[in-house]
Amino acid sequence: MTSPARQGSSPGAFRGGVFDRQETLAKLLIAPAVLYIVAMIGAPFVLAVLYSLSNATTGDPSLHIVGLRNFRAAMEDPVFRLALRNTFVFTLVSQSIVIVLSRILANALLKPFRGKWLVRFLVLLPWTAPISLGTIGWLWMYDSIFSPMDWVLRYLGLLGTATAILGPETNMYWLGVPGLAIASVILVNVWRILPLATVIQLGGLSSIPRDLIEAAEVDGASPWRRTLMITIPLTLPIVSIAFLFGVVFTFTDLVVVYVLTRGGPVHATQVLSSWTFFKGIEAGDLAQGAAISLFMFPVLAVVAIFILRLARRTEVV
Amino acid sequence: MAKLGKLARRGGLYTLLGGFAFFGAFPFYWMVIATFKRDHDLFSPLNNPFLFNEPPTLDHLRLLFTETHFVGYLANTVIVGFAVVLITLATAVPAAYALARWARGWGESLGIGIFLTYLVPPTILFIPLSRFASFFGLQESLWSLILVYPTFTIPFCTWLLMGFFKTIPKDIEEQAMIDGLSRFGAMTKVVFPLAISGILTVVVFSFTLSMHEFIYALTFISVSAKKTVSIGVPTELVRGDVFQWGPLMAGALIASIPVAVVYTYFLDRFVAGFTMGAVK
Repeated sequence: MTSPARQGSSPGAFRGGVFDRQETLAKLLIAPAVLYIVAMIGAPFVLAVLYSLSNATTGDPSLHIVGLRNFRAAMEDPVFRLALRNTFVFTLVSQSIVIVLSRILANALLKPFRGKWLVRFLVLLPWTAPISLGTIGWLWMYDSIFSPMDWVLRYLGLLGTATAILGPETNMYWLGVPGLAIASVILVNVWRILPLATVIQLGGLSSIPRDLIEAAEVDGASPWRRTLMITIPLTLPIVSIAFLFGVVFTFTDLVVVYVLTRGGPVHATQVLSSWTFFKGIEAGDLAQGAAISLFMFPVLAVVAIFILRLARRTEVV
Repeated sequence: MAKLGKLARRGGLYTLLGGFAFFGAFPFYWMVIATFKRDHDLFSPLNNPFLFNEPPTLDHLRLLFTETHFVGYLANTVIVGFAVVLITLATAVPAAYALARWARGWGESLGIGIFLTYLVPPTILFIPLSRFASFFGLQESLWSLILVYPTFTIPFCTWLLMGFFKTIPKDIEEQAMIDGLSRFGAMTKVVFPLAISGILTVVVFSFTLSMHEFIYALTFISVSAKKTVSIGVPTELVRGDVFQWGPLMAGALIASIPVAVVYTYFLDRFVAGFTMGAVK
């Protein structure tokens, strides 16, 4: 890379050569990135579609197209239907909570206060630390015997005595009871996405021109009205971006479920991505796995279109 | 009265922030406690779990470093991270520059197109990519990860750098070309040095994103010695039903905190790149 540059630095050398012709040079510079993406994202994607239409397994990975059989089989499988429902429930519930909490947190972080950097660091930790390792911390917090939440509940008398509200058992078994396991997985998803949504909202809130708010103040608009008429409409695109990325990350994630429950108890927390892994890799049924994973695609395509629209629309302004 | 009201608002703000900070950081505090707690203290349900009821110990750390593959996981992670950074820089920097500078109409679309591939999740790609890996004999090799991780670093970093290059005025290159540099020379000798902070951001993100990655590593690597931290800790330190909680928490803590510190420092740029279209 440096040698042509050095030659080019002597006046006249390479004038009109490849390194001066804009169009050619532009294509040359872009080509490696595009080739990489086509080879490592485009090609596997096409292969995933082909697998989903075949009967390939890890034992016999050759492609024999059998039509839509895999999709039909997936739809008839009760575990798949549960995973599909769970994926939507986990994503929508956790992202709705995240949007509300991140707005509150971003508003608080906008105010000046002492120790801001520390609060910021602590609040951001869940997003910046590797997710599988953060989830390991939660796994120990949800422990069936040593959970600190259970300890607090016992300490407060809410658990573990004959008359306690939460029952006479000494523990809640967070990951062992279907309802609690679902709530536990959602909580970790909220914990994990909240920092990202907060930082994105912060960017949105601080980009609102001050004079707009001041003008409204002068005109006598109440804080509530200012929020409704200025802050919310102006930050809507950025809130949508935060929401859409949260949706993509939660919808396609398997780490939280894999580390916490492996889809259990009895598939109660199974999601599409974990089911793809267990079917396609652990059970070796490539065709079924690929078909299950492709059920995610329409949703992602819709999200992508929304992001595109938002990006385009706000750029014009 | 007004002063009292102000005090109450301050108090409310600190309570709110304290609550959020607690929610974010508690799992990590929980790791710290387990890392230094004696087993006897850790596994006694009657002890207060939040405090050291017995003097702290370094036993878990010693066990982690001497009797597990943890050091190897760290080394593997660093090797993969560096290689991914190199591939990302070699492809994303030139592409971003060309897209930001020369390609008006189609460049804009191509840039967005490249960014959108970031939304294609590993959960759709890992089955076919695992076939690629075994076809090329890369199963159980760090090479499989090194080649696959740029699928998410290139789209993201190209998008991020496009924003950086757009902020550098065009006149600078034109001046350099009048002074006798070729277009390519102006790019490598004048523009790239000015974009150094953007390039540094890309280095940090490619590295941390590859350190965070879980699904590909889980799919491609099953030999213990070849694992990276993000899968080594959760899969290898749990033996069947026996959870070595002390060393497990120590491993998770040691591998998360340094990444988190670096990442936090660069996070604003990360988000600026992320939402570039929307905040402008």
